[in-house]
Amino acid sequence: MSEQTLFKVTVDNITIEVPAGTTILQAARQIGGAVAPPAMCYYSKLEGTGGKCRTCLVEVSKGSEKDPRPMPKLVASCRTTVMDGMEVKNITSEKVIDARAAVVEFLLLNHPLDCPICDQAGECHLQDLSFEHGKADTRYEFQRRSFKKHDLGKYIQLHMTRCILCYRCVFIADQLTNKREHGILDRGDHTEIATHIEKSLDNEFIGNVIDVCPVGALTDKTFRFKNRVWFLKPMDAHRNCPTCSGRVTLWNRGDEVFRVTARKDEWGEIEDTPDGKPGWICNTCRFDKKHTNDWVIEGPRAISRQSVIAQGHYAGNIGTTLPTEIFKAVNDGRAPHLLMDIHNESEVNLPSVRLSEIEGPSHGNTFNNNSTKA
Amino acid sequence: MSLQFNNEQMTEFKRLVAHYPEGKQKSALLPALNLAQDSFGGWLPTEAMDYVASLLKIEPIEVYEVATFYSMYNLKPVGKFVFEVCQTGPCMISGSDNIIAYIQKQLDIKPGETTKDGIFTLKLVECLGACGYAPMMQVGKIYREHLTKEKVDAIIEEYRMQVVALN
Amino acid sequence: MGVKLLLEKANVPGIRTYDVYRREGGYTAAEKALKEMSIEAIVEEVKKSGLRGRGGAGFPAGMKWSFIAKPEGVPRHLVCNADESEPGTFKDRYLMEFLPHLLLEGLLISSFALGSNDTYIYIRGEYAWVADILEDAIVEATKNGWLGKNILGTGFDCMVHVHRGAGAYICGEETALIESLEGKRGNPRIKPPFPAIQGLWMRPTVVNNVETLAAVVPIIKMGGVEYAKIGVGRSTGTKLISACGNINKPGVYEIDMTISVEDFIYSDEYCGGIAGGKKLKACIPGGSSVPILPANLLLKTAKGETRYMNYESLSDGGFATGSMMGSGGFIVLDEDQCIVKNTLTLARFYRHESCGQCSPCREGTGWMEKILQKIELGKGESSDIDLLWDIQRKIEGNTICPLGDAAAWPVAAAIRHFRDEFEWHIQNRELSQTSNFGLQHYADPIHVPA
Repeated sequence: MSEQTLFKVTVDNITIEVPAGTTILQAARQIGGAVAPPAMCYYSKLEGTGGKCRTCLVEVSKGSEKDPRPMPKLVASCRTTVMDGMEVKNITSEKVIDARAAVVEFLLLNHPLDCPICDQAGECHLQDLSFEHGKADTRYEFQRRSFKKHDLGKYIQLHMTRCILCYRCVFIADQLTNKREHGILDRGDHTEIATHIEKSLDNEFIGNVIDVCPVGALTDKTFRFKNRVWFLKPMDAHRNCPTCSGRVTLWNRGDEVFRVTARKDEWGEIEDTPDGKPGWICNTCRFDKKHTNDWVIEGPRAISRQSVIAQGHYAGNIGTTLPTEIFKAVNDGRAPHLLMDIHNESEVNLPSVRLSEIEGPSHGNTFNNNSTKA
Repeated sequence: MSLQFNNEQMTEFKRLVAHYPEGKQKSALLPALNLAQDSFGGWLPTEAMDYVASLLKIEPIEVYEVATFYSMYNLKPVGKFVFEVCQTGPCMISGSDNIIAYIQKQLDIKPGETTKDGIFTLKLVECLGACGYAPMMQVGKIYREHLTKEKVDAIIEEYRMQVVALN
Repeated sequence: MGVKLLLEKANVPGIRTYDVYRREGGYTAAEKALKEMSIEAIVEEVKKSGLRGRGGAGFPAGMKWSFIAKPEGVPRHLVCNADESEPGTFKDRYLMEFLPHLLLEGLLISSFALGSNDTYIYIRGEYAWVADILEDAIVEATKNGWLGKNILGTGFDCMVHVHRGAGAYICGEETALIESLEGKRGNPRIKPPFPAIQGLWMRPTVVNNVETLAAVVPIIKMGGVEYAKIGVGRSTGTKLISACGNINKPGVYEIDMTISVEDFIYSDEYCGGIAGGKKLKACIPGGSSVPILPANLLLKTAKGETRYMNYESLSDGGFATGSMMGSGGFIVLDEDQCIVKNTLTLARFYRHESCGQCSPCREGTGWMEKILQKIELGKGESSDIDLLWDIQRKIEGNTICPLGDAAAWPVAAAIRHFRDEFEWHIQNRELSQTSNFGLQHYADPIHVPA
C-alpha cells in the first residue's frame, strides 16, 4: 500500500484526506475537537491496543465510494481503517450516542466512584467520558465487585476496583520491558490485572504504566494523597538521563516537585521526542528526581487536553472543531462538554487562572474572583 | 525445583510439544497444563505453573494468565475425585437441581468444598455437552450420565471402594 | 426414513476402528479426491453442494475456503473446531465418538484442498476420552497411509494433531480458538484481519466445524450437485440435530431438512413426543443462544404455515416470531418448566463464559444474571423487565465477538414471548417460589391476520 494514496473520509460532515491505512479514529483526530471519538483502551503509541472498551464505536453510514452500503453494526473506530469515500457519523449519530451512553454505564457499573479519594481525579479519562457521554445516575443496584489487594512494590499503587481492563499496562510491559511480570488473570467479570504471586514491578520503564492508565487503577505511590492535580503547576523540564530521553513534565507546588510524568499530548498520550520516538520516561526520572535542581526547567507546560475538573486552568487550549451539523438531541439536549463552557456553571473555575503561571503555590483562593490573573 | 515430570510424563510432554512447529512451543501450553494437573495431584500449584513455564521457555505470567482463564484448571487442592455437575439449562430442566442437592446431602459438602477425608470435591460447572443424557456430571475423564439418586449413591460407593482398594 | 449421509454407518459394530470403517467403504472419497480430482475441483464441488457451516453461523463453507490467502512460502492451516460447548449441542461429540475416521477422512480431503500440511483438531478439554479416540484413529490412519508423508503417492503430506482445550465456551469463536491454540487466553481477536489472511501463527487459516468437515466426505462421494438436491432451498444436505430436554428420546438425529418441527418432536423415529405425556410449552431450536419460541410459534410460523427443520423456515419471521437453526441443539421444554429459571441458567452460563475483554459483555452479562436471579427469587420489580430488555439491547451488536449477541438473544426472546410469565413472577412473589406459571396460552393457536 503506497503512502501516497490518499483516501477521502467524512466524519460528522467534515471531510478530510488521509493516507490509506489510517484508522477512522486517527482521521477524526486529525479533524480534532468533538469530532474525535473518545478512546479508553486504544493508545496510538502501543501496538495492538484498542477494540476492547467500545467507547469509540461509530456509525459508518457509507462504506466507500465503490461500495456505498452502510456497515450493519457500529464499528470500533480505533481498529477500522478508512476506505475512499467513507462517511462516518460520530456525535451526529443517535445510535452512537445511545451506544456510548450504554458503554459508559457498563464501565461505571462496578466502578467504585471514589473520585474524592482518587489521585487520578482531574485528569481521569473515565471522569471526562462519563461527564460527556454518561447519564446522571445508575440503574445498578447490586454490590459492586471487589478484589483481593495486590502490592506491586514501592512505586506503583494498584486499585483493581477502578480498572476498566484496557490492557494498556500489559502492552507497556510487553513492548517496553524485557520481562513481563503482571498480566490479565481470571476471566469474565472477575478479570483482574495482577502478578498472581506477590511481586513488585521493578523494571526501569514499568513506571510508564501510570501514564498510560486511563483511570486511577495504577497511580504513583510517591505522589499518593499528596495533592490534587489541579492545584499543581505543570512545568516542562529535562535532565541528561542515561536511560531515557529525560524530557518530562514536573508537577510543582511553589518550588516543590510533587510528581514527574511524561509529557502528554491533547489525547492524553505520551508526546514524541524530537527524534520521533515516544517519550517514555524511566523510573529514576519519575520517582527519584524530586528536586527542582535535578532538572532544567524549560517553562510552563501547556496541558492541552481538556478535563472536566481541570478545564481552563492550564496554559494550553485545544481547538474545538465543531461538526457542521450536530445531532440535536445529543445527551438530552445537553451539548458534549468539549463544546460547553464550564465557567458558565461554576464560579470557582475562572478561565483566567493559568496555573503554570502563578507565582508560588496555588491555594483554594487562587480560584476566587480576586485571584491573580496570568 | 521439587516438582518434576517423571520419565513417562516427560515423554508425553515431549510428544505434546512435537505437534507444533519449531519456535511455537507455547502452543503446547494448554495440553502441558492438562498433563501437569494430572501429574501433580489434580491441581496446579504455582510451582507446577513455573515448571511448565520453564519447560516451554515462556514467562511464568503467561502461564498464570492462561491457567486462571480456563475453568478446568484447579488452582486450589481438590479431592481425589471431583464431581463436576452440570447446572446449565438442558440439565436444569431435566432435574439437575435435585441431583446437586442430593450430592450435597450425601457428601455433606457445599459446591466448591472437599470432604474432610479428602476424597470428594463438588464443583458446579456449566454445559459439558451431554445435554441429551442429562442430568450428568464429569468425574475425571469420565462422564456419568442419566443421573438418579440411586446412581449417585452407587457412584459414591464405587469411588469409596476404589480408595479402600488402593490403601 | 430420511436420507442419512453421516450417521448411516454409525451403528455398524466396530465402525470406530479403521478396518471396519474401511470395509464399509471408508476413505474411498479421500482416494477419489486425492487421486482423481484437482484442488479447484474439490473446492468447486463443496461450493456446488451449498454446504453451510454447521457450527452455528451457517456461512457457506465453499466460500469460506475460497477466501484463504495463498502467499508464497507461508504454510496454511486447517483447524477443526471441536470445541462444541453451546448448551443443547452434543452432535460433534457423537460424530467423533462413533465415527472418528469419517472426520479424519473429511479432514484429509479438506486439508488437501486448502493445502494444510498440519491440521489441528481443537477439542474441548472436557471431551478427554473423545480426544483419546481421535488419537487412536490418527495412529491407525497414519499406519495405513492416509496421514503422514506422501499420501497415496501424491506427494501431499498431512498430519492431524489433536489439541485439547481446558474449559472455555468462548474458544468456539474462531479467533479465540486460534488464540487458545497458540497457548494464550481465549480472547477473540479484533477483526480484521480475518483468519483466512492471518490466523494461526499469523498464517492463513480456515476454521471449520466437525460436522461441516465430515460432510465433505459424502459431498465428494456423490458430487456437490447431488448433495444439493437433498433438502430444500439453501438448506442443502443433511443436518445433525442433537435433541434434549423433556422428550422421550433425546439423542443425535440426522435429518434431511424437509421434516416439519412437529414431526421431528412427535414422530417415533426422532424425539418420540414429550416425556411423561406432558404438553409442549417452548423450545430453543438451535442451541441455547438462539431465540426461544413458545409452542404455537414453534410449530407454525406467524403466517400460519407449517414450520420445518431447516435454516429458512426456522428463521421465518425474523427474531420477532422466528428463531434460528444455529448449531442444531434442540432443547424442548414441557408445560412444567419455568421460563424465568431457564433464562437465568442461560444468563449465568454466558456470564461465566464471557472472556471479559470488552466492556458491554463483561459487565452486561453479569448484570442480566443478577436481575434474573432477583426475579427468580421473588424479589423482582416490574421495572426490572424493561431494564433487562434495555441491557440486552445495549449488549447486542456492540461487542467484539458474537458472545455478546449470544448472551442477549435468549433474554430478549424470553421477554418477547413470555413477558406475562415474568410479570406473574413479579406480581406473585411468594406463589412463584412454590409453583410454576405453567403452560397457560403458549400452545394456543395463534391468530393469523387475514
